[in-house]
Amino acid sequence: MSHSRRSAWSTYAALAIGLLALPFLLQAGIGRSWVRIIDMALLYSMLALGLNIVVGYAGLLDLGYIAFYAVGAYVYALLDSPQFGLHWPLWAVLPIGAACAGLSGVLLGAPTLRLRGDYLAIVTLGFGEIIRIFLNNLNEPVNITNGPQGICLIDSVHLGTFSFSHNHTTMLPGLTGPVQYYYLFLALTLLVMFIALRLQDSRVGRAWAAIREDELAAAASGIHLRNFKLLAFAMGATFGGLAGGLFAGFQGFVSPESFNLMESVMILCMIVLGGMGNVYGVVLGAITLTVLPEALRMLGDWQLNHLGHVIVDPNDLRMLIFGLALVAMMLIRPAGLIRSRRHQREYAGDRP
Amino acid sequence: MKSLFLPTLPALLFGALLAGCGSNTPPGNIIRIGSASPLTGPQAHLGQDNANGAQLAVDEINAAGGVRLAGKTWRLQLLVEDDQADPRVATTVAQQLADDDVAGVIGHLNSGASIPAAKVYDDAGIPQISPSSTAIAYTHLGFKTAYRVMTNDSQQGAALAQYATRYLHATRIAVVDDRTAYGQGLADEFARAAVTDGAQIVDREYTTDHSTDFLAILTSIKAHQPQVVFFGGMDPQAGPLARQMRQLGLTARLLGGDGMETSQFVHLAGAAANGDVASNPGLPLDQMPGGAQFRKHFTARFGPIQNYAPYAYDAVYVMVDAMKRANSPDPARYLPMLASTDYRGVTGNIRFDEHGDLQTGAVTLYQVNQGKWQPVTTITGPAPLPASH
Amino acid sequence: MDILLQQLINGLVLGSVYALIALGYTMVYGILELINFAHGEITMIGAMLALAVITHLAGSGLPVPIVLLAGLLTAMAGCSVLGYAIERVAYRPLRHAPRLAPLITAIGVSIVLQNLAMLIWGREYISFPPLLPQGWFDVHGARVTDVQLIILVTAGILMLVLDNLVRRTSLGRAMRATAQSPQLAGLMGIDANHIISLTFILGSALAAIGGFLVSAYYGLAHYYMGFLLGLKAFSAAVLGGIGNLRGAMLGGLLLGVIESLGAGYIGSLTHGVFGSNYQDVFAFLVLIAVLIIRPAGLLGQNTADRA
Repeated sequence: MSHSRRSAWSTYAALAIGLLALPFLLQAGIGRSWVRIIDMALLYSMLALGLNIVVGYAGLLDLGYIAFYAVGAYVYALLDSPQFGLHWPLWAVLPIGAACAGLSGVLLGAPTLRLRGDYLAIVTLGFGEIIRIFLNNLNEPVNITNGPQGICLIDSVHLGTFSFSHNHTTMLPGLTGPVQYYYLFLALTLLVMFIALRLQDSRVGRAWAAIREDELAAAASGIHLRNFKLLAFAMGATFGGLAGGLFAGFQGFVSPESFNLMESVMILCMIVLGGMGNVYGVVLGAITLTVLPEALRMLGDWQLNHLGHVIVDPNDLRMLIFGLALVAMMLIRPAGLIRSRRHQREYAGDRP
Repeated sequence: MKSLFLPTLPALLFGALLAGCGSNTPPGNIIRIGSASPLTGPQAHLGQDNANGAQLAVDEINAAGGVRLAGKTWRLQLLVEDDQADPRVATTVAQQLADDDVAGVIGHLNSGASIPAAKVYDDAGIPQISPSSTAIAYTHLGFKTAYRVMTNDSQQGAALAQYATRYLHATRIAVVDDRTAYGQGLADEFARAAVTDGAQIVDREYTTDHSTDFLAILTSIKAHQPQVVFFGGMDPQAGPLARQMRQLGLTARLLGGDGMETSQFVHLAGAAANGDVASNPGLPLDQMPGGAQFRKHFTARFGPIQNYAPYAYDAVYVMVDAMKRANSPDPARYLPMLASTDYRGVTGNIRFDEHGDLQTGAVTLYQVNQGKWQPVTTITGPAPLPASH
Repeated sequence: MDILLQQLINGLVLGSVYALIALGYTMVYGILELINFAHGEITMIGAMLALAVITHLAGSGLPVPIVLLAGLLTAMAGCSVLGYAIERVAYRPLRHAPRLAPLITAIGVSIVLQNLAMLIWGREYISFPPLLPQGWFDVHGARVTDVQLIILVTAGILMLVLDNLVRRTSLGRAMRATAQSPQLAGLMGIDANHIISLTFILGSALAAIGGFLVSAYYGLAHYYMGFLLGLKAFSAAVLGGIGNLRGAMLGGLLLGVIESLGAGYIGSLTHGVFGSNYQDVFAFLVLIAVLIIRPAGLLGQNTADRA
């Protein structure tokens, strides 16, 4: 007993040291740009974990999830940029953004919850597009979102006078902007993972699982469908909003084109690939699908440098690979790369 | 427990994989210049064109013996990066170039990429010259490092408005845009300038960059009886738009920006293209001071010029010119010299205003005549003051 | 010139194309209760195939109607095979899987088709060769072009034929029986798999005609065109009552008119606060409104299970 506990602790310690050292290793080894890529991967992990609550836990297919990311990003952008001349502190802006996203999750969810899965997918897709269209057009008659031009010069993520974008190499050698963001995003990703794991085993998580597996039976056993579905929408949207706010501060620029339908589909790919419902699988899926395009981009650069021109356009291949992966996963390994035990039972059974 | 390691696994794997081809410190007497543009995806042909233009300049300078600075001879090296015309990839690429200690960057192609990347370059103190980004915001972010050698939307919009009001004598104009950063930016600047020039905007309609049906908005426009319909957008929409105007019997002249001045537009619009007018920044290549020469050298190596290659070519020379005057390839030293540039390039005289925009930008108007774009006139003027952005 | 009449004509022509494509959604849904997300992409493939053949034959000296017919038939054949294959490979193995599985597969198939089309035909818009009649005539100050008339007539005939096929023939009876209950239909000697395959083939052939008409109408085709077209056709199917053929026809025509009038008049109705930039919102709003207020659609029967 004590032996296995000790080995567990040493695994944890090794993992912690590995995660803490990772950005410095990447920075020293292959450059800061890779730290930035890992930062994006962590942001996507948060997003995917949020969508996982809606799709993986509660079984509600949401194809407009990127809208919540957009809401979080635009709230941050509007409250922390020259657009309205506001520069609110982080502790106010991030929660407001997450709350706005959560609220819009409830607003979208409430009228659509009695719809069955496939209808819900289409309606959420429509809502997602409507939000994007509004963001793209709310520059007239009153300029709110600055329309297609997007909002630039967004303040970096900052706590008091500490800006995460500025290098603090005098404090600690190698402590550059991307590295600081890495630690912030890592901490928040771990927090979101922790919440997601706790939720899964809670009363709420079991209610979601019941709804996902058989709505009628769940209702018959006294689960309030409406409340639990709304809760799933709200929780998922809140995480999406949080990630969106961080994205705006990290990037310094948001525009509506970053929040199109393909982004929603890509996040769906992440959780399908990793294994719906499995927190570790979802994070793995998110990191894989963020790093993969970068690796593909390298493929393009390689062709350019060694063959003189791009023969196979990796950009063309990317979505094709994603689409094939979706189909293949459902046909061959529907429970994902890392299966959640409950889903495995669900997908293995030959139910009518 | 094992699964806990998995999240970091891909990162470490790729790290190990790529450790070989990572940044190596530049050997002595080499000046690295970055080129950032989409080399894959729908705009790959334009992005490659920009990279080729810059490459031609770099190779010419090296072939002529390199650059003499501070008593040493330096050779140029161009690092070509693919930003996929995606704002997020653009910042990653910018970071990558900064990591590689480039002395300057030629890029990006799109304003949507240039703007977020400008922040990274500014943080790193690296001068950035875009050969093709036209959004006003790009040079108005307050970054001292951002320049462009291309007219901005405001300059192009003003030239188009001038053409509509003075050459076509239009007083009633309808404006359509595709709600992209490019289309909306140009259409707004055009509309503002046209009103200043005394025309009336009788209808303002919108479409998207995926639409094919414009009959509904064109029917509304027809009811307002405009003499000119201005379209801010790209050729895939402009082509069917021109067709559907004729289909509805709308006789107004179709006017557009550089997104419409393409052979694809003529192809898609068919017979409806005849008589339509569109602008492209700069002089027609054959009227540029070194245009014929440039075309000869460029096409011999890379094939036909797509669009902005001469600007990327000039951007490299402008950068090197500033280095020469500063007698240093150090960005901190030559950046102040960039502001006082007075360089006679292939595309014309290049001098910057206090924002980093061209002081005088020429805009040429072309008209479709028997299925071919023919230059009509070139409008040169001082940069009008941009709207309060 | 009569603006309102012109907008109505614009809307009806657009709507009749929506209706043709909506039929495919509704037929599949009626039998399998599956939203075939890939249906829009099948429409696109139809347009691409037709254009490829027509462009190839345009300079061959063959008479124009033959060239067009060759293009259309190729597209119909190609799409039928494609529809059949998609059902066999991607949907049939998942018929008894949890609901999310075939839905996610359908999204995957649609992404794959879109990107394959891009790899085959490129990213550029492909233009329709100038073979079609360019004439038009005047109806009370509004213009109707020959092509618009051809589209309206073709769509009308097809809908009549399909309606009769489903209502009067034995195949139609078998389809309706399978839609009611595959098990019971099986007991009556109907091979449900066979009928489902036929439904996919029929729906895909209609999509091919829809794709052909769209590319002829607008003079172009593009690998991305299927997505929005499919989404709008789906909205039309829901509006009319999904699973109901006549509903899909009505829904298509209505949605076309709503879009056309919406884009044409929203500016003056809202005093310029909203403009034609919100054109694409209408289809979604209609969809959401119908699902919330009357989930069975205009002509659908109100079964609790449907939504």
